[in-house]
Amino acid sequence: MSGQNGNGKTNGSAPRVGVYVCHCGINIAGKVDCESVAEFARNLPDVVVARDYKFMCSDPGQELIQDDIREHKLNRVVVASCSPLMHENTFRKACADAGLNPFYFQMANIREHVSWVTKEKDEADKKAKALVAAAVHRVRFHSALEKKRVDVHPDVVVVGGGISGIHAALTMANAGKHVYLIEREPTIGGHMAKFDKTFPTLDCSACILTPKMSDVKNHPNITLWSYSEVVNVDGFAGNFKVQVKRKPRYVIEENCIGCLQCVEECVFKNARFDDEFNENLGKRKPIYMPFPQATPPVVLIDPTQCLRFTKGKCASKCAEACEKNAIDFDQKEKIEEVECGAIILSTGFKTFDAERIPQYGYKKYANVYTSLELERLVNAAGPTSGEIKLRNGSTPQSVGIVHCVGSRDQKTNAYCSRVCCMYSLKLAHLVKERTGAEVYNFYIDMRTPGKGYEEFYDRLLEEGNHFIRGRVAEVTDWAMSPEEQGKLVIRVEDTLIGVPRRIPVDMVVLSVGLEAHDDADDVRRMFGISCSKQGWFTERHPKLAPVSTATDGVFLAGACQGPKDIPDCVAQAGAAAAEALALVDKGFVELEPNTASINADLCCGCRTCVSMCPYSAIKVDETQDGEKSIINEALCKGCGTCVAACPSGAISQNLFTDEQIFEEIEGVLSYV
Amino acid sequence: MSNGEKTPTGFEPRIVAFFCNWCTYTASDLTGISRLIYAPNVRVIRVMCSGRIDPQFILAALREGADGVLIGGCHPGDCHYQEGNYKALRRFKLLKRFLNRMGVEDERIRLEWIAASEGDKVQKVVNEMTEQVRKLGPLHLAPIATPEAFEHEDKQELVAAGAEGESS
Repeated sequence: MSGQNGNGKTNGSAPRVGVYVCHCGINIAGKVDCESVAEFARNLPDVVVARDYKFMCSDPGQELIQDDIREHKLNRVVVASCSPLMHENTFRKACADAGLNPFYFQMANIREHVSWVTKEKDEADKKAKALVAAAVHRVRFHSALEKKRVDVHPDVVVVGGGISGIHAALTMANAGKHVYLIEREPTIGGHMAKFDKTFPTLDCSACILTPKMSDVKNHPNITLWSYSEVVNVDGFAGNFKVQVKRKPRYVIEENCIGCLQCVEECVFKNARFDDEFNENLGKRKPIYMPFPQATPPVVLIDPTQCLRFTKGKCASKCAEACEKNAIDFDQKEKIEEVECGAIILSTGFKTFDAERIPQYGYKKYANVYTSLELERLVNAAGPTSGEIKLRNGSTPQSVGIVHCVGSRDQKTNAYCSRVCCMYSLKLAHLVKERTGAEVYNFYIDMRTPGKGYEEFYDRLLEEGNHFIRGRVAEVTDWAMSPEEQGKLVIRVEDTLIGVPRRIPVDMVVLSVGLEAHDDADDVRRMFGISCSKQGWFTERHPKLAPVSTATDGVFLAGACQGPKDIPDCVAQAGAAAAEALALVDKGFVELEPNTASINADLCCGCRTCVSMCPYSAIKVDETQDGEKSIINEALCKGCGTCVAACPSGAISQNLFTDEQIFEEIEGVLSYV
Repeated sequence: MSNGEKTPTGFEPRIVAFFCNWCTYTASDLTGISRLIYAPNVRVIRVMCSGRIDPQFILAALREGADGVLIGGCHPGDCHYQEGNYKALRRFKLLKRFLNRMGVEDERIRLEWIAASEGDKVQKVVNEMTEQVRKLGPLHLAPIATPEAFEHEDKQELVAAGAEGESS
């Protein structure tokens, strides 16, 4: 190995390294003897000064470094503290402010990688020393670099048009940015459009949502692509290329005025197909508008039902009826590409499939409903015009609401879905108000944290709703007494009095939890982000970067990041919009200068590197010394794969040169 | 699981880990944030992509005194740079065969795909590997390996595998 003692390479002068060991309060100092680590560092090659300090990231901590740079003529700085993914930029900037090129800096991660994960103090000391030695060894071979500036495309793409996507899109459009809002379904609105009332204020969901939906439709800065899906994403923060599949609705969107004359004239005189928007509780025709306030207000044809597609012939009364000639049976799927600087993902959630818990009898007993189905039943625009009726048309006299279906259960989802307690209370209130039925809530714990939420719970208690604490064991139609005849019996252990109970009811409502979409894994892969085991998209930092992701330029809004209620979704959408604006409004991004370059004197023109590069950044050029590979710096993303492959050692990657890594290996092993 | 407990024999292996910036390094940060205690024997070197890991880094680490080398990259299909992890896998397989002939046991060299959200997997893998390498004892490399040490047909095989590994 090169550079064992004091012969690290600098541009001209010998390296003078300063080492700073951070206590991070007791986060590091509680486990690592920072003073002894600093003492150890003083004997490492080229180290001029080594100190330990309570909080290196604080202003006095940074000033400590800056004073030493000036006083001791330091030209290299090592900070041993937290992860570089946390504070590398802080310390680089501190160096730059003191006149040192920021890339003469290296960080040793002795918090996430040492003090937080090591049991024994002496082991933690040893590991911390090894990592500090590695950083010191490496930093001596750093060189001065400049960050590259790249222009940012000013447009933004929002994926998913539920309340989160709508709010994010409107926020950015109001700030003057052009937004493409991509929605998979024929209409925007998401789950919120299906709700009747919202908790705890009981304001009408449609009344507060539909004005925002029309704003989206009418906003000059928003291009709304509904019934469309993102199929490919290329590029990096500031310059993404997003390919969108526009699914055929067999209706020309620009021509359709939403008069519904075509639906009226359809050869199917009666609506006979399951209506997805109404959770299949109602019927619709093959040509339909999902719901009256659908946005865009455009009909579509379901080709699996329309005779024109299934039988190949039909009188096509719909096309005849359309005065705007909007029906187009030959419409084809098309792919469009948009460029943008930032992407906001607001793809939402799906509800838990209640059939996965067979003992609750969903789909087995006619009068077991999911909470989302009940939302449609209580909704004035729903299949029963807001009347709560059982399948046989009668009004229930007693209703049991089962909480935590698919939540807080090791067999399904261990997490709390956060919204079910509150929406169950809301539904209980609505059922009692509309039918006067006895309402029983079966809960494990009531979770009502939120503005006005606990007060709403109090109100429900005063209204005379029954609350039974216990996880429901079973829903059955097996009557054991005359009063249970013809009823659904909910079997539960009432844990407050410690006895098993049987509660006969006419209607059972399963408060289903929230789950990530089935294709969450494909989606997150397409956008280059990660997701938890449950499929929720992972934010960059759970507390300090809740809407950013590990991929710069991709932000999260709403329930795709984890279950949340409407106020939280809207708040997060606003935050995501602000972060996206901060990126595109700045006009440029600074790229880490970790690109690779080829030393033409060493290149033998073997082309090994060319096939390695995933970005086609390497070309072979004929020179007077024969064929040589050349890297286009603008295309290089800095993975370093070509560097590792070059048999001549001709390629070098900034910030990760062979020399630097060999030094790091040596440092990490040579002392402790 | 070791959890940093010392063995009676007193031998504590030193393992050098090369983790990619986007998945496994982030995962190991998460291990810390989640305060999951694991064996202190591993020392992490960050690279941008597992594709950057030159086989020479692994050889250097073994030569400098590491008893094992752990490589962590993104799961197949998740590479931040599209396919660097596949390149890492090919090199790893080839190098492993080579090291095997040199008398370096398979357990000393390990490649794991660990996603950014899998902090617990870092703990599991490090503990497991530490235990395995501890059982193997310290690594003793032969003084110098010369090409003549290989049988002729072994050479042929390696050359063929090399061509297969680095083409395309």
